[in-house]
Amino acid sequence: MRTVVHTGELVRHPAYTRILHWAVAIFFVLSLLSGFAIYTPWLFQPLSALFGGAPMTRLLHPWFSLGFVMAFALQTLNWLQPMTWTSDDRRWLKHLKAYVTNAERLEPEYVDFFNAGQKLYFWTIAASAVVFFVSGIPMWFPRTFGRTIVAIGYVLHDLAALTMLVGFIVHIYEGTAAQPGTFQAMTRGTVEKRWAWTHHPAWYRRVTGRDPRADYEQARRRLAERRSDA
Amino acid sequence: MPPGVLQIKAMSGHAGTVPGRGVQREEEVCKYIDVTTCIGCKACEVACVEWNDMPFQQTSFDNTYQTMPSTAWNYWNLIKFNEHQHDDGTLQWLMRKDQCMHCEDPGCLRACPADGAIVQYTNGIVDFQQENCIGCQYCVSGCPFDIPKFNGATKKVYKCTLCSDRVGQGLEPACIKSCPTGCLKFGTKTDMRAIADKRAQQLREHSGFPNAGVYDPPSVHGTHVIYVLHDITHPERYGGLPANPQIPVTYTFWKRVAKPIGLLMALAAAPIAFFHYITEGPKEAQPPDSGLPQ
Repeated sequence: MRTVVHTGELVRHPAYTRILHWAVAIFFVLSLLSGFAIYTPWLFQPLSALFGGAPMTRLLHPWFSLGFVMAFALQTLNWLQPMTWTSDDRRWLKHLKAYVTNAERLEPEYVDFFNAGQKLYFWTIAASAVVFFVSGIPMWFPRTFGRTIVAIGYVLHDLAALTMLVGFIVHIYEGTAAQPGTFQAMTRGTVEKRWAWTHHPAWYRRVTGRDPRADYEQARRRLAERRSDA
Repeated sequence: MPPGVLQIKAMSGHAGTVPGRGVQREEEVCKYIDVTTCIGCKACEVACVEWNDMPFQQTSFDNTYQTMPSTAWNYWNLIKFNEHQHDDGTLQWLMRKDQCMHCEDPGCLRACPADGAIVQYTNGIVDFQQENCIGCQYCVSGCPFDIPKFNGATKKVYKCTLCSDRVGQGLEPACIKSCPTGCLKFGTKTDMRAIADKRAQQLREHSGFPNAGVYDPPSVHGTHVIYVLHDITHPERYGGLPANPQIPVTYTFWKRVAKPIGLLMALAAAPIAFFHYITEGPKEAQPPDSGLPQ
């Protein structure tokens, strides 16, 4: 378990974090696919075939989910500190429109390891996971809990699933196409320095002890010089 | 084979009308249970277990005549014995044959997510197809009568079939055949309802049961098993027969309407993300080239 850091790179996510992330991701996708088979008649036949038939899908779904809940619980403990909500996050939300419309080249200087959007996504998934777990137990053992609780659990379970699905799609987009250079943070574990001063300037300042704006300006000047030389 | 398919339509060299024409007036069947003439002999319980070739297992004794506390995956037909004490101190011994009610609007079928695991025949019989059952037990919470029972070994749910195998061959269900008092009858829904109404009227007018009536709950659009009760205002006295059986709304509106809409709304995040990329573009690390200061 190690992370190779090339020249000009910073460690973003150590191996333990990455392993947890992909454990969560694998269990999430398995739960999602097996769950959607049971969710609606239109997906029942195509998706249940992936898991060796419908009875097997039903048998495996709660165990996939249990794996997801356990891996996510460990990730919550792992990320409790960087995911803590601060007053800077309230400021960031006011700047959300500029973020979405890509109006500014660099993120505000106060953005640390995670921005408020990432924190919101994380805590939405955490809350949905709790709703999932609490509503899923009566669905797993219906005769122990009675009809009414199961019927309510059924709706809550689905609402949590839809919330997660929206978040999941946005998460994949943000982690890949929307921000080039981000995906390698969760594969190799490192990011380029210029990625760090662009998206998480306060974190860059903390780990390098350097000024993110000054380093950006310097890089920009060097690039301009190199261009004029050529 | 659906009834009526082998009904003779025309006959060569035959004078007069075709024999048997119009015999099948109505397709919907019904089981009639008159609890007022049931003697609690349990012949129907034995007939059910025998016909369906069910293994018997240990049960628990709860100081009543009842065979077991509730129906089981391998025990679909159970007489429930209840001693009811009236306000004036008199005692009434109530016996009710408990089994699947074969609702016209079955909660189990609405709740079930598995393709073809529960079917409803045109004659009203609601039947479980175990080969398609995935063992999720949604039917258990969908049923207002607590009828579907899960077998942990086979991971499938079972219940009374109204002897669909016998009825399909023109025979009456096994329980009906075994009843010695005639408190069980089998026929078309219209006929059974008419007999039940007549019997309830008789009880009201001649037998001192002013509240006698027929249990055929409209909240599930009627059932294909109907009861004649001494007191229709208190069905719950007969071993917990619900006065107003309900299917949770989640199994109707939520499943058929809200679920597909919700799924489409959630999946809409994908095209939104795509068009965000097309219109706003990616957020590049700055400066957007490999001009690294090293």
